[in-house]
Amino acid sequence: MSEITENNVSTGWSPRIIAFFCNWCTYTAADLAGVSRMKYASNVRIIRVMCSGRIDPQFVLEAFAKGADGVLVGGCHPNDCHYVEGNYKMLRRYRLLQRMLSDMGIEPERFRLEWISAAEGDKVKHVVNDMVEKLTKLGPLALDQKQKDWDKEVQSLEDDVHAQQQEGAVAHA
Amino acid sequence: MLNNRKERWHMPKPKVAFYWCASCGGCEETVVDLAEDILGVVEKVDIVFWPVAMDFKYADVRAMPDKSITASFVNGAIRSSEQEEMARLLRQKSQFLIAYGSCACTGGIPGLANQFSRKQILDFVYQGSPSTVNESGTRPQTKFQDNGRQVYLPEFRNMVRALDQVVEVDYYVPGCPPTPNITKEAVGALLAGRLPPKGSVLAPDIALCDECPRKDSKPTNVSFKEFVRPHQKILDPSLCFLAQGVVCMGPSTRKGCTAQCPSGNMPCTGCFGPTSRVKDQGAKILSSLCANVEPKDEASIDKVLEGIPDPIGTFYRYGLAKSLLRRKVNLPAS
Amino acid sequence: MNEQAKNVWNQAQAMANAAYRARRRNVTIDPITRLEGHGKIDIFLNEQGGVERAYFQVPELRGFEVFSIGRPAEDMPQITSRICGVCPTAHHMASAKCLDSLYGVQPPPAGRKIRELVYSAFMFEDHALHVYVLGGPDFIVGPEAPAAERNIFGVIGKVGVDVGKKVIGMRRRLRELIAYFGGKVVHPVMCLPGGVSKGLDPADLPKFKQLAADGLEFAQFTLQVFKDIVLKNPEYVKLITSEAYTHKTYYMGLVDENNKVNFYDGQLRVVDPNGKEFAKFPVEKYRDYVAEHVEPWSYMKFPYLKPLGWRGFEEGPDSSIYAVAPLARLNASDGFTTPLAQKAFEEYFATLGGKPVHHTLATHYARVVEMIYAAERMVELLNDPEITSKEIRTIPTKTPSVGIGVVEAPRGTLFHHYETDERGIIKMANLIVATVNNSARIAMSVERAAKGLIKNGEISEGLLNKVEMAFRAYDPCLGCATHSLPGHMPLVANIYNHRGELQRRLEQH
Repeated sequence: MSEITENNVSTGWSPRIIAFFCNWCTYTAADLAGVSRMKYASNVRIIRVMCSGRIDPQFVLEAFAKGADGVLVGGCHPNDCHYVEGNYKMLRRYRLLQRMLSDMGIEPERFRLEWISAAEGDKVKHVVNDMVEKLTKLGPLALDQKQKDWDKEVQSLEDDVHAQQQEGAVAHA
Repeated sequence: MLNNRKERWHMPKPKVAFYWCASCGGCEETVVDLAEDILGVVEKVDIVFWPVAMDFKYADVRAMPDKSITASFVNGAIRSSEQEEMARLLRQKSQFLIAYGSCACTGGIPGLANQFSRKQILDFVYQGSPSTVNESGTRPQTKFQDNGRQVYLPEFRNMVRALDQVVEVDYYVPGCPPTPNITKEAVGALLAGRLPPKGSVLAPDIALCDECPRKDSKPTNVSFKEFVRPHQKILDPSLCFLAQGVVCMGPSTRKGCTAQCPSGNMPCTGCFGPTSRVKDQGAKILSSLCANVEPKDEASIDKVLEGIPDPIGTFYRYGLAKSLLRRKVNLPAS
Repeated sequence: MNEQAKNVWNQAQAMANAAYRARRRNVTIDPITRLEGHGKIDIFLNEQGGVERAYFQVPELRGFEVFSIGRPAEDMPQITSRICGVCPTAHHMASAKCLDSLYGVQPPPAGRKIRELVYSAFMFEDHALHVYVLGGPDFIVGPEAPAAERNIFGVIGKVGVDVGKKVIGMRRRLRELIAYFGGKVVHPVMCLPGGVSKGLDPADLPKFKQLAADGLEFAQFTLQVFKDIVLKNPEYVKLITSEAYTHKTYYMGLVDENNKVNFYDGQLRVVDPNGKEFAKFPVEKYRDYVAEHVEPWSYMKFPYLKPLGWRGFEEGPDSSIYAVAPLARLNASDGFTTPLAQKAFEEYFATLGGKPVHHTLATHYARVVEMIYAAERMVELLNDPEITSKEIRTIPTKTPSVGIGVVEAPRGTLFHHYETDERGIIKMANLIVATVNNSARIAMSVERAAKGLIKNGEISEGLLNKVEMAFRAYDPCLGCATHSLPGHMPLVANIYNHRGELQRRLEQH
């Protein structure tokens, strides 16, 4: 199990990636990478699911909404799914979800699907490093902070109204 | 607490208010469409505020003691500072604030404007539209001076919001517009003191398929070889839309509307919003439809998915403002 | 804050409001009542206390044209209907015709007839709503009547409960017809490019035929009510024909090849203030004739006749302002294709002194005449054997690119114009929505009424209602006019003295 540690990059910002790895293949591969002491970027928080087909698109959206700069999904290669069809379901959802995210201004590079088998520990390393590099170039998404910024305009009215009530002035009759 | 509430219903007629924010007026029409039934309601309540039909003023509402209105039904989304003010005022003066209709509940169709910036809207309307002639580049101003005369317009916000994104809401009555039967039930429940937990949606908590007359032909194993857009084929009036390859939001939408759109031989578009077990209606229907796409390779999958050219407009038609993302992420904050 | 403190605070605020108002001396009519949408009037007084200038402002905007970008064109009938919940069917129909144009496809005869049937029922029902509930009460109950009575309940008080029940019942039955074909009456779903989604089952034909027959009777009854209560009352006739409510502008409406009124289809015809034909053109050429002007003090734009150029808020042959809706449609046409409506049309002009009629309040009368036409059309269509045919849709085959669709909505000419890519995804949408065609004339009417009625700085509530009447006669749908989110803050009128100080503010909800 990878440790969750903050990456100390001198520029101060580093992408935060949420990864959903399927138990039978990718998660095992990540384990293998760890056991083999392969070094790779630690920006990734791994969540183990039993199958990539378990991944509800809501998880992906919520990850972004909560501040993830990228979401990575790892599943078994086509034909190798432990539950037969699950990875195909993930693939089908992925194709439309990625397009939809792009319609909402989230760059396609931020949402990535990879087939990684249990023996491919080094693929985990390469994929994660590659994604971190790409996202570092793209910059933060920080949707949680953006939503707070958007809502400042509502807060400003709240403050205005409050201030007016204290002064006794009237906005409009 | 409960005793207090029950006691309240024995007092002189409860006061009720209807108000509209950024609304098309369709929700007001529904209230009027209760037709003769509304007289039964009107007898039991004291309507203290209803701009479309009666002459009460804002000052009257401001003069009311706080929490003196039993229930305010507010429809319409929030896009301007004035609407926010009115929402706050009614929240202050009401025991129960009820979000009435899709716009108040989840932002509604106007919520689709969250894919665009305010500037894009203003630039098109006052400059880019093919019939607009505006060589001087005039724009509506919030403050305007004309020969020493000063006139004002309100500011409108950078994004569309649902009612509960501005004030605390007690109950939700969904629909675009809510059907008369749902409205009657909601009002009836209030008057009888049969109040569900705060924050409840006052509509059944099960998908539309349950009451759809086409239920029997809903396939147990649906496998989409293609998605057909409604204008591309003749629609069978008795067969489940999914079985015809047509996208229908029914599986991800609450029932309660008696499946009006399918009875007009068109698929459901999702106006009653999701059930309580779902956070993001669009994501859920995407999940369900995509999982059942037949091909297994990217190219063929993409071909099938071409039949859904606009996932945002199709899956989030009424709920973009309340979706997990809420707004296109690269738009300015102000 | 405890209960008592709260009460004291609220009271104090109310008193503060009043003091503030008295001190600032603003005149604001806010909000306008019995209309759809949100409006504001600012009235500026000169040194003598008369009106120097009045601004009619519409403070809202939603942006339908912009958020339609990226949407599949076939979704537009249902999306654009959300511009207005009172006249969704108008948008639905204009959008449908625009899609026909976009895909180069025509509905089969039964498809077109069903659309016309639903549309006629809608026009009838909407006009009835206005006559009895929105604008009509001003006449049926009287403009001087107390505000509390100037509504449907006052109307029932005047004409009797039976009539009231008739109105409610007729409205309900008409809306049931719309819901039969459209799934729902508010925001119907029926239209697709090339036709409609649902046909008429022969088993249901008799009840609709009965409805049409009853409807025609009701329309004629309404005309009689109007004659008895309004036309026979000299005070009202004086009001209708008074200068304060008269404007000599151009007029536009859809007509068929014989220049007869048609709500659903035809060419656009414009007549000048003397009644002479100025232009007749196919809807595809609308941009050659109609342009929209922008002012900094309103979100609503001001359409005018492009060939003449913008000439300001003027009237007469030197102006370029035109009007739409019942008053305009009757002026811009040579009559109706149905007999009873034709008779009423002739009577209308005979009563009001010939064509064209420039009296804004005569719109109420014109509206009743149109109700008769709508009812007669329903009878015609339901007695057409083709109405129960199963051939109700043609599947489009051509690649879409540009479409323009125009219908006559209850409140005026409604233009939908879309451009799409080859998949039929919207790239551009331009909407000129009924009421907005009248915006310049409404602004002028408001100013004229204010000038005519406010003298020596004296302002009264009754006066404000008279200003509102000028406004309400247009049956304005401000939600439509700005394709905005009507945040219903009803009309506010601010009145400023010659030093620019806010003198009085009047609000009416």
